[in-house]
Order: sequence, then structure tokens, then C-alpha cells
Amino acid sequence: MAGSERTAAPAAAEFLLRRHRWRAAEALPWLIAIGAYFAFPDYLALGTQILIGIMFALSLDLVLGYAGILTLGHAAFFGTGAYAAGLLAAKLGWGEPLTGLLFAGACAALAGFVSGWVLLRYRGLTLLMLTLATAIMLYELGNARADITGGYDGVTGIVIKPLFGRFKYDLYAHTYYLYALAVLLVLFVIARRIVYSPFGQALVGIRENLGRMQALGSPVHRRLVTVYTIAAAMAGVAGGLYAQSNAFVTLSALGFERSAAVLIMLILGGTGRLYGAFVGTAVYMLLEDRLATLSPEFWQFGVGLVLVLTVLFARGGLFGLLERAARAAKRLWR
Amino acid sequence: MSAHALETRALFKNFGALQVARAIDFTLERGARCALIGPNGAGKTTFVNLITGVLKPSAGSVLLHGEDVTRLSQIKRARRGIARTFQINQLFRGLSVLENVCLAVGERTGACNNLWRAAGARRETIDEALGLLEALRLQDDALKPVSELPYGRQRLVEIAIALGQRPKVLLLDEPAAGVPSAESHIILDVIDGLPPGIAVLIIEHDMDVVFRFARSIAVLVAGAILMQGTPQEVAADERVRTLYLGEQAHG
Repeated sequence: MAGSERTAAPAAAEFLLRRHRWRAAEALPWLIAIGAYFAFPDYLALGTQILIGIMFALSLDLVLGYAGILTLGHAAFFGTGAYAAGLLAAKLGWGEPLTGLLFAGACAALAGFVSGWVLLRYRGLTLLMLTLATAIMLYELGNARADITGGYDGVTGIVIKPLFGRFKYDLYAHTYYLYALAVLLVLFVIARRIVYSPFGQALVGIRENLGRMQALGSPVHRRLVTVYTIAAAMAGVAGGLYAQSNAFVTLSALGFERSAAVLIMLILGGTGRLYGAFVGTAVYMLLEDRLATLSPEFWQFGVGLVLVLTVLFARGGLFGLLERAARAAKRLWR
Repeated sequence: MSAHALETRALFKNFGALQVARAIDFTLERGARCALIGPNGAGKTTFVNLITGVLKPSAGSVLLHGEDVTRLSQIKRARRGIARTFQINQLFRGLSVLENVCLAVGERTGACNNLWRAAGARRETIDEALGLLEALRLQDDALKPVSELPYGRQRLVEIAIALGQRPKVLLLDEPAAGVPSAESHIILDVIDGLPPGIAVLIIEHDMDVVFRFARSIAVLVAGAILMQGTPQEVAADERVRTLYLGEQAHG
């Protein structure tokens, strides 16, 4: 055998052995988030909502981007978490924030496990319709039980105790911003570990070729239900934080529009690449904020235009574009 | 008694009124090198689907090492050692060659149950997959996306994935299909070099491949086994000659 044939293999192994290590560039979003805290002290309420949106989109990325599960009902878990945390504080008077989030995550995880167990036997368009229908049913359930959920008026009277019993919340959301940033960091580290684990690789295998995974003996259903439950828990935590920071939950937390918006944010940023959730959510929500001030009626047109351009010309979303630009810059540098 | 590696007993499969498998009694010994031949539409791929559990038989049973696996799903049968390749490539097209094989190895060893430790932190899976790639001389393409490989080499990845399962029974569904004849020898060399302990059933149209590879041949016609025997017996059989050579003569 020629000598050259033996050189590529160890290099290939090295690549896979190193892939999961943190790169310097990965500090960037966190530095930006901390920088924004100091640079835009008047916009931290918006910033908090963006951080919550990123958590939500990140949870969808696990499901859609990695496992290839098509869903239009992801807001069901966000809403479950929001109501869980909201009702816990408003009706049961339990205002401790961190346990509230854990409770929100646990409730959403349960919802994810049960619905996933049933629905994830289906694929593609059928699954898309079933997730949509499930979310609508949950929405109508919330509407029907207005005695608990407050119906269209929502849950009010959510009082959250100071974080760690020390940090109070102010009108400009300083505390909530840092609280949300810390929670996002925790969720991100979890998501990142999952993605780079052998389990995460198996999810990608299922996304790429379900039939072959079955043929090689992968317990596909179990894998899908597992990731669906984890993602539901994450979405629930995001929803819980949403309820806490707004001190208010309405049915819109569960609604179809939220499921659709998070899908748009993720596709805009790029699916199956973790940081796509960051870029897509930030761009979408900032655009929404700016355009809505410019033109309250037509801002969605602007967002729609950006989405169409992204889907047509930037496969892999905005983050995919950034990756390509970074690679090109590196080549020029050499 | 030593059980057969694979056995089917009176296997039937009906799609409505259409009978695609009729009373198939078939055995595959440990280390067998068997070819399944038959005209188009004879039910060869259906038979593979019945063995692997993609299809449930209407009647009859499938035994793996003497154990009845008829009621087990495709996934469970795969975990017990039935691996197959596909007539049309079924690869993880967005992934590299090495990742394709890592998936098979990782699912077999249970490494894929781990969702916390990094895949790269466990060397065993990667090393085993690389070993397979080296055996099939694919190591230079290890990091290439599998979709960028020429078709013939993709067929090798198809086999590499199946070998990553460390199968006891390996079903090769037209492994050289679609490969230019100038490259088909690569596939044949690999098949010749398969580990001797594996029972191999190959479905093939190319008679050169069949006679080079097989120590026994089963002939499937209209969903039923016409005969099973040594290549000499099959070649000498009058029914097979009229049926098979006759068909080949006009296309």
C-alpha cells in the first residue's frame, strides 16, 4: 500500500476527537450580550425578551435542526412553562424564581414526553399537522378553563421574589437581563453537550436517513422522544422566564403565532448549527422592534422580505452566511 | 444440534390477492456464501424485507440462530445481528464517510445512548470505524461528505455501515448495482474479503459475480424457491437454464 494512503486516517480521527472543543469565536455572543448590558441600559427589557427568544429557538433547533422533527406546535411547551411558572406564583404564592423555572421545565417536559411518545411515530407532513393540532387543542383547553388560566385576560398577580433572596427587579430589567443570560448559558451548555455527544450524532443520523438508522438497529423512537422531552423542558424554562419577567401570561404564550415565529427565527438564523438560534432571534426581534416603530402595520412585510431572501440566497441561514464569510476571510488572510 | 445462522419456515406474504412469497423454506449456514437469483419481480427484495423485519409475513417464521424472531421489529433483529445493504444507496448524505460508519458502530456498542460525553471523547468508536474504512480502503475519504464520493465508493460505504454492525448475517442487495464495470472489481474484492464467520446472502443479477462469489445458489421464481444447490447443480438444472438464460437472451 502506498505511503500516502496511511496519512489521512489519523488526521480524520483527530478532527472528530477535537470537534467538540470550545473555539475562541464562541465567546463572541456572550461578550456581545454583556457589552449590550452596559451599552444599552434602556433596552434591557427588550434584551431580556431576546434572550428568552434565543432559549426557545435553541430548543427548537435540537428538535428540528438536529433530529429533523418538523413541528408547528413548539409554543405548546413554551406556554406550558409560562403557565406553570405564572400559576405557581400567582395562585399558589410560590414566588421563588429558580424553583419556579425548574417547575416550568418539568411541566413542559412531561407534556413533551407524553405528546412525543404518541406523535413521534409519524413523520413529515403528518407530524407537522399533528403537532399543530395538539398545540391548538392545548390553546383551546386553556381558553375553556378560563377559571384557571384567566382566558384572554391572562394570569395576573404574578409576584416573583428577589433572585437568591437578594437581587430585586427594577423597571429597566437589569436583574432579569442577567438572570436570563445566566439561564441561557446553562441551557446552551446542555444543548451543546447533547449535540456533540454520540446521542446527538445519532439524532443527525435520524434526520439524514431514518430508514437506515432503523436498519442498523437504532432505537429511533426512543431517541426522538428523548430529545423532544429535553427540548420541551428547555422551551418550558424559556416560557417560565417569560412569565416571570413580564409578570403576566396570556394565551398568546401558547398560540400558533408563537410556534410560527420561532420557526421563522430559527430558519432565518440557520438550523442545525446552535448559533443560528442566536443570530435569527436577535435579528428578527430587533427588526420587529425597529420596523414596528417605523410602520406599525407593515413591519411584518420587512421581516418576510428578509426571510425570503435568506431562504433563497443563504442556505444555512444568516449564521451560515457568517460562517462562509469567516472562512473566506481566513483564506484571504493566509 | 447446531442451529442455522438464518432459517425461514413456510414463509408467506400476500399483498391482497397478490402472493409475493410462497412457502419459502430457506436456510443459511454459519459462514455461508449464498446467492439469491431470480428474474425481475420474483420477490427477492420482498424476501430480504421479510428476513430483516421491514415486512411482517402473512404466515411462517424467521429464525436467527435457532431463535424465532418473526415477531421482532426490524430494529431488534438488527441488534441481534442481521445487517443489510440496499439496492439504492441509503447513506447519511450530509455526513462524512467516517461519521456514517461511526453511527453504525456507536449504535451497536450502545455509545449512542450517551448524551453527555462528547463523541470525540470516546476513541473506541472512531478507531473501530477507521479500521473498517482501512479494510475497505476508504480511509483517504474519511472526512469527505459521503455525497461527494463517486458512486462506486459510495457502494463501499454502504457495505462499511453494515459491517459496523458486526453482523452474523449479512444481506447484500445488488451490491454492484449502478457501479461502472471498470470499478465493480473493487466491490467484488471487498465481498471476497468479508470475515469468514459471517453468513452472507447476496442478491445479484450479474452471473459473473454470482459464480465468482457463491458456494450455494437459491433460485427464486414468482415468490417461491425453485431450487437451492451448489453453483454446478444450479447451472446444470434444466428449469433454471430455460428460465434464466432464456430471459437473459432477450434482455
